[in-house]
Amino acid sequence: MSDASAPRSTGASGSLMVLDARTKKRHAAERRFRYYGMGAVGLGVLLLVMLLVSILSNGLGAFRQTVFELEITLTQAQITEAEEALLKTSVYRGIIEENMREALDAAGVGDEVETARAMELLGGDAGSTLRQWAVSQRVTPVPQPDEGVTRTFDFLADGRIDGYFKGRVTMETAELDSRVSPEELQLADTLREAGVLRIELNPGFLTMPDASENQPEAAGLGVAIVGSLYMMLIVLCLALPIGVCASIYLEEFAPKNWFTDLIEVNISNLAAVPSIVYGILGLAIFINFMGLPLSAPIVGGLVLTLMTLPTIIISTRAALKSVPPSIRSAALGVGASNMQTVFHHVLPLAAPGILTGTIIGLAQALGETAPLLLIGMVAFVQDYPDAPPEGLFDPASALPVQVYNWTQRADPAFFERASGAIIVLLVFLAIMNVTAVLLRRRFERRW
Amino acid sequence: MSVHKTTAATLAALAATTTFASAQSREQVQVAGSSTVLPYASIVAEAFTENTDFAAPVVQSGGSSAGLRQFCEGVGEGTIDIANASRPISESELETCRANGVDGIIEVRIGYDGIVFASQIDGPEFTAFEPEQWYNALAAEIPQDGEMVQNPNANWTEVDESLPDVEILTFIPGTNHGTREVFDENVILAGCEASGAMEQILEINGGDEEAAEAACMEIRNDGSAVEIQGDYTETLNRLNQNPDGVGVFGLAFYENNTSTLKVATMGGVEPNTDTIAAGDYPVSRPLFFYVKKPHIGVIPGLKEYASFFVADEVAGPGGPLANYGLVPDPELAQTQEKIQSETVMSAE
Repeated sequence: MSDASAPRSTGASGSLMVLDARTKKRHAAERRFRYYGMGAVGLGVLLLVMLLVSILSNGLGAFRQTVFELEITLTQAQITEAEEALLKTSVYRGIIEENMREALDAAGVGDEVETARAMELLGGDAGSTLRQWAVSQRVTPVPQPDEGVTRTFDFLADGRIDGYFKGRVTMETAELDSRVSPEELQLADTLREAGVLRIELNPGFLTMPDASENQPEAAGLGVAIVGSLYMMLIVLCLALPIGVCASIYLEEFAPKNWFTDLIEVNISNLAAVPSIVYGILGLAIFINFMGLPLSAPIVGGLVLTLMTLPTIIISTRAALKSVPPSIRSAALGVGASNMQTVFHHVLPLAAPGILTGTIIGLAQALGETAPLLLIGMVAFVQDYPDAPPEGLFDPASALPVQVYNWTQRADPAFFERASGAIIVLLVFLAIMNVTAVLLRRRFERRW
Repeated sequence: MSVHKTTAATLAALAATTTFASAQSREQVQVAGSSTVLPYASIVAEAFTENTDFAAPVVQSGGSSAGLRQFCEGVGEGTIDIANASRPISESELETCRANGVDGIIEVRIGYDGIVFASQIDGPEFTAFEPEQWYNALAAEIPQDGEMVQNPNANWTEVDESLPDVEILTFIPGTNHGTREVFDENVILAGCEASGAMEQILEINGGDEEAAEAACMEIRNDGSAVEIQGDYTETLNRLNQNPDGVGVFGLAFYENNTSTLKVATMGGVEPNTDTIAAGDYPVSRPLFFYVKKPHIGVIPGLKEYASFFVADEVAGPGGPLANYGLVPDPELAQTQEKIQSETVMSAE
């Protein structure tokens, strides 16, 4: 400002200790700016808190589940008979019904509860749970006498009953709901007091595959987590070496001419290309041209690699640039070759920056849905992919895709699942970002 | 240098896996298409996996048109085996299919779905609709005193005195949905004919029936009719924001959300599986899936999945699909026979 050189116009009364009007005005402006800043930060924090509160209040329920404790006795003849039917699971459901009577009697509520009514509280996947075990217990030929095998199961309760204990379904909504009645909820209360029904932690949410609309209680994130993990693995294995090599060449070896300038502009542009474009590219190149399978993590991983590369190249170049030239001069001065200078001195010093950029790129790729839409990964996938490398070619889902899928389902129980999946996704993102911050703190060098 | 080694190794690994991939054959059925059929297809896919030893089918959604486009891309493991559709495949789509070498398509009708008109449970009293009310509320132009005028109706009471006194605000399926076609034909066009507007339009334009039908089905775009490109959850969200609105839903979606939605009768008939099966409820449509015959025997479990889908225990009355909201097809036995004999659609 010109204040210092200009003669003070306020004359003799101008004491340095008394603020004149202009200074006051400038101070006021600064104060206002501080308030704007605080307001901006406050708004951001408020929105974040609102988001977290809404997601947590909707989604925490997904980590707990109502289960039905029943002891089942199966005879070999029953297994053989059930395996001959087309809908085997419904035959197994019938077997559960036969065992329900005894379980209710044992719990001391046999007189007041009808078996058929109690069966309505049982989730849709009970038959298949029993079948999985039954098949493993099957003995051929059927031994005589056929004594049967017994085991206690924790079957999942129906989604609406589960919702009742979590407060999602109330007597009032049940009155209007065509899928559940207040009588069923009262029955659920009775059974809970009797100890047949109980709420417990739900590890299945993290390990089970997706389930259809008929059994929201059985839906889990297992396949999605594995799919996301595979894709991140591919992105890490491809994008990191390719990105770092490209950046080192461009930053340390490439001549500065119009061609490298062109490449640089293109890389910056690619970083801003909408991710769906990479999906179209992936469909054209990897699936139609190279013949890779649909819905496979390998294609997803390759597409996300393309998407992440510019981010990694840009951050790696920034990290390389921030290594002071004196380091290079010193290395070259004691007789190191260009390559030795880069790999022995510059690269290790730039490593924290490169890692941070990579992790942020990975986190971005983890939350991406749009490019996966076109390569068939936004799908209902129930089988777990095999272990890599074969498993990379099996169909799989991904975490953000699972969120998207669940928000589209008709049954409101899936809304809770979707929020639960968002919590899992956020936890993964938080872990990655915290790792990035810690790595930077730990290894960063300042000059 | 170690970095070079890693890169070389990764590239080698990538090359190896790529060659490996082309040698490996697909084990599971790939399905794509209509979001209306998706819940049924995923219920069947789940039951199919639970009850057989085949790999779990992969079901994608995205709409009937998108699914059929993918279906017609060609034959081979990189293409889908089954397209779900909430409308029959069109002639132009069949041509695309044939041009791309997709010959031998088996059409499978799985059952019927009703389209219902619902509003918020404690919103205005929308309890009974007639097709002509919807036509008068939503047409872009209606005939009046011998000429076509911009639709003047802004309030439901202007359409019909018996309707609630609220502004016309409807959420109808976008043109990407198969549902829209049924809505246009069974509600708007039917309403146009029933209200006598059709005859007036014919008088005005001199008897050109095609133009008259098109004029009937032209929907106003002044904000009274909001086209929903997404699925029914989006329609439901819009209704929650606009308590006075009316939304168009599938019967199954409504049955899963009866605690927040109330349904209106159409033409005096209440929508439920019985009235739709009997053909009394006017707005229903068949649901289909299409199977590529050349893939049968190549993709394991394809034919088994198709016949499992339409088995009496699955798609019949009392089965899991009917339980979810599908109206069972009375002619299911013929469909089963069609899959058994692998009868393809006749080329016209």
